[in-house]
Amino acid sequence: MISDATRARINELFERYPDRRSAMIPLLLLLQEERGWLSPETMREAGEVLDLPPVRIYEVATFYTMLRTRPCGKYLLQVCRNLSCSLVGGEGVLRHIEKRLGIHDGQTTPDGCFTLMTVECLGSCGTGPVVQVNGDYHENLDVAKLDKLLDSLT
Amino acid sequence: MEERVLTRNIGRPGSETLKAYRDSGGYTALSRALKEMSPEDVAERVTRSGLRGRGGAGFPTGKKWSFIPKGTGKQIYLCVNADESEPGTFKDRLLIEKDPHMVVEGTALAAYAIGCRRAYIYIRGEFVHGARVLEGALREARAAGFLGRDVLGSGVDIEIHVHRGAGAYICGEETALIESLEGKRGHPRLKPPFPAVVGLYGCPTVVNNVETLACVPHIIERGPEWFASLGPPNNGGTKLFSVSGHVSRPGVYEVRMGTPLRALLDEQCGGVAGGRRLKAVIPGGSSVPVLTADDIDVALDFESVAAKGSMLGSGGVIVMDERTCMVKAGAVVARFYAHESCGQCTPCREGTPWMERVLWRIERGEGQSGDLELLLSMCVNIFGRCLCPLGDAAAMPVRSYIQRFRDEFEYHIRERRCLAAGGFS
Repeated sequence: MISDATRARINELFERYPDRRSAMIPLLLLLQEERGWLSPETMREAGEVLDLPPVRIYEVATFYTMLRTRPCGKYLLQVCRNLSCSLVGGEGVLRHIEKRLGIHDGQTTPDGCFTLMTVECLGSCGTGPVVQVNGDYHENLDVAKLDKLLDSLT
Repeated sequence: MEERVLTRNIGRPGSETLKAYRDSGGYTALSRALKEMSPEDVAERVTRSGLRGRGGAGFPTGKKWSFIPKGTGKQIYLCVNADESEPGTFKDRLLIEKDPHMVVEGTALAAYAIGCRRAYIYIRGEFVHGARVLEGALREARAAGFLGRDVLGSGVDIEIHVHRGAGAYICGEETALIESLEGKRGHPRLKPPFPAVVGLYGCPTVVNNVETLACVPHIIERGPEWFASLGPPNNGGTKLFSVSGHVSRPGVYEVRMGTPLRALLDEQCGGVAGGRRLKAVIPGGSSVPVLTADDIDVALDFESVAAKGSMLGSGGVIVMDERTCMVKAGAVVARFYAHESCGQCTPCREGTPWMERVLWRIERGEGQSGDLELLLSMCVNIFGRCLCPLGDAAAMPVRSYIQRFRDEFEYHIRERRCLAAGGFS
C-alpha cells in the first residue's frame, strides 16, 4: 500500500512533468527508499500509479543499476573498481571488505546488515578509493579508515 | 595557466548559498540579459565567445542553440546534462556541490536564449548530495525571483527542475538522456532527427553539459571577446580538468584552454606521485586514446590533442606511472564499457564483453597468439557501426593501448606474465 504521505510526494513529482511517465525513475527511487527494494508487488503498484502495464516498470527497474529487484542489506556498500580508484588502492579496499565481512560481490551478510556490490565510476576519481554507503560517499579510504567506517555501521 | 573563472568561489565558506553567489556578483548577468538583451543577443554573444561543449564532443554551443527551429508553436526544452559518468571525470560534481547557483544562472540564461520555459537538470542518481544541493539552490533562486513566473519583472517564465537518474553511463548520451527523462530505458535514438528538432516529448530540445552552461554567466558579464581571448582560436575560455591516478595532488584544476599537459601535471598537480616515472596519460576520460609520456607537451585544446591522436573529451586526466600494467589498464577500461553497453546494437552489445574477456585472458597469462589481431579486428568492427558512440568509446582506448604499448601485450602473451607490477593496489 502506498501511504498518503508518499502519495502526496508522488503528486508533487507529477507537477514537474507534462507527461506522468517522466516521474518513473523518481517514483521508483522513492518507493525503493521506503521499502529497500522493488518487489514485483511494488512494481505492480508503481504501474497503477503511472497508469502503465507492469512490464514498463520492470524493463526500467532492470535497466538501471541503482534500482534493485532483489532485497538488499541494511547497508549497501558500493565499491568503485574503475581505473582511477584501482590505481590508488581500490582493489585493496575491496579485498579488505570481502575478508572482514566474508562476502563477495552481490552477496549479503547472513544477519542482513551488509550487501557488497562492486560498481563502476562514481565520479570521485580524485578522492579515491571511494565506497558509497547507501547515499553517502566515503572517500580517500584506506584500511584503517575503512575499519572505522564499518565499526560505525551496525 | 591557472585562471579561476568557474572555480573562483570554490573554497570559500558557504559557497553553495545564494548569498555567497550574489556577493561575488552572481545573477547580475541574468538581470542584465533580461533587461537589456534579446534572446538572440544572448545567443549571439555565446556564439562569438567560441564556447564549445564541455561534455566531451566540443560542439560549438551557440551553433547548437541556433538549430532550434523558430515558430513551430511547440514547447522548447533545455536539458542540463549532469549525468557525469565518464571515468576519470569529476568536475561537474564540484560545480554542482560547491557553486550550484552558477549552474542555475547559466541554465536560466540558456533557457532565455532558446525560448525555453521549462528546463531539467538530469543528474546521475549516485550524486545524492549534489541533487540535494541543487534542489536547495533552486528553492533559493525561486524565492528571490530569479526563477518561476515573470522572472525579475521581465515577463519571461523560467522553471528548472532536478531529475535524478538511477545509474546508467549511457544516459550521458543526449538522446538516451531524453529517453530516460521520458521514463524509459536509456536507449539512444537514431539520429537524425536531432534533439534540436525532435527531442524531449517530441519537442525541440537542447542538451548542454553543466560546465558549458556555467561558462554562460561569465560570457554575458565580461563579454565574448574576453572569453575567447582566454584560449587559442576556436577554443574560448578556461577548462576544468579532473586529474586522478598516480599524481601527487589529484583534484579539479581550472586552466586556460591551450595550457600544455606537462604544465598541468608538473606545475599544478605536483607531478607523478612518489617521484616515479610517467608511463601513460589519458587526457579526456577513459574513452579517449591513451597518450605516452613522450606526448605530454601537447597543448590542451580540442585541435592539439586531436593532432596527437587522442581527444580533449571531458578533461578527465588519468595518470599512470611506470609500474602500471597496460594490459590490466585496458581490461579494466574494457570492463566498464561492457558493463555499460545498453544492449541495443549488436556490435557493441556482443563486442564489448568479448574484448573484455580476451583482455583478461591475456592479463591472466592465458593469451594466445593472434589475440592482438583479434582485438584490433573487434575494434574495427565496433567503431562507427552503432547508434551511439559508446562502442567507439570502448574501441578507441583498446586500440590505442595495443598500438602504443604493443611490446607489453606481446610480452604478456609470450611469457605468460607481466612486465610491470605494483601500479594497481
